[in-house]
Amino acid sequence: MRKLAIIIGIVLLYAACKSDGNKATLPIYGNRDTKTDTVDGKPVVDTIYNTIPAFKFVNQYGDSVTEKSLKGDIYVADFFFTTCPSICPIMHRNMLKVYNEFKNVADFKILSHTIDPKHDTVPVLKKYADALGINGNNWWLLQGTKEDTYTLSASYLVSPPQENAKEKFIHDGYFILVDKQKRVRGTYDGTLEKEVDRLIADIKTLRAESNTQIAQ
Amino acid sequence: MKFKVIAGLVLLLGIIAASCGSETDMEFKRYYIGGEQLYRERCQNCHGKNGEGLSNLIPPLTDSTFLKTNKKLLACIVNNGVNGQLLRVSGKSFVGNMPANDIAPVDIARILTYITNSFGNKMGTVTSEDVARDLKDCK
Repeated sequence: MRKLAIIIGIVLLYAACKSDGNKATLPIYGNRDTKTDTVDGKPVVDTIYNTIPAFKFVNQYGDSVTEKSLKGDIYVADFFFTTCPSICPIMHRNMLKVYNEFKNVADFKILSHTIDPKHDTVPVLKKYADALGINGNNWWLLQGTKEDTYTLSASYLVSPPQENAKEKFIHDGYFILVDKQKRVRGTYDGTLEKEVDRLIADIKTLRAESNTQIAQ
Repeated sequence: MKFKVIAGLVLLLGIIAASCGSETDMEFKRYYIGGEQLYRERCQNCHGKNGEGLSNLIPPLTDSTFLKTNKKLLACIVNNGVNGQLLRVSGKSFVGNMPANDIAPVDIARILTYITNSFGNKMGTVTSEDVARDLKDCK
């Protein structure tokens, strides 16, 4: 009888934890600042969040892509290169899962920045996209100058890629979730299946949030 | 109480007896288990946990016919990699590069034993002697 009571207790505790775990909103990452404005003669304090700055790249179709191309979109970003022998295949095997889940969603995109623009030209990226089996405009493979890409990586809160003679490029395997206001809302280890499942769940949460809330 | 102890002992002996197969079985298991670990470290990122490959970029390891037809070439592929050759695997064409691996023949044998006996394949043990012999004929 006592055993039964303990088991019931454990089950109840677990259930309680579970329901606490249901997050309605995602955190906002990065350094923040405040700004004081005067509205109707009263000071109003506003929070300034870390946002992804303006950029200009070219996608696998040769079209130019800027921050304006993402207006009204939630997106996931990562950094890769097509000849990467280590973590990129597993990252993109996992990203393919995200792509397939949301490929018919109009306000969702994936941006994969190449960190080897010298080799990964537009035709190389297109060939890679075809072999990976992606089409349409929900997953862009972006090429730009190395400097622009490396600089941008800092605003995604990941460490900038490193170059090394043997491994060629060393980079983070993170997927970064960005909201419609260009704020970082989550980072996920793109090499782990479990983290990618969390990302898929978070994209759904974020879409629900931005569909109900008016942009602040 | 005594009965439980005896039953437990009988069960334990049974498990030990069942796990002690013949000499060839033991050899297979040694290669296979070693290969599983090496596969995870050196092959899985690209070829996948279940040997599924990646779209048309990286060939799967589930095509038993390919593995049987090219049995003598497998050690060369693991050792020297692939450099732009066309491969037809599972009805799809793959043109790409696979990096060469600097590993001992015995480890190649372990990896091949694992691959050719997982993912729906069943080709038996690949020994380090097999690998040493096949490596001499690499093109």
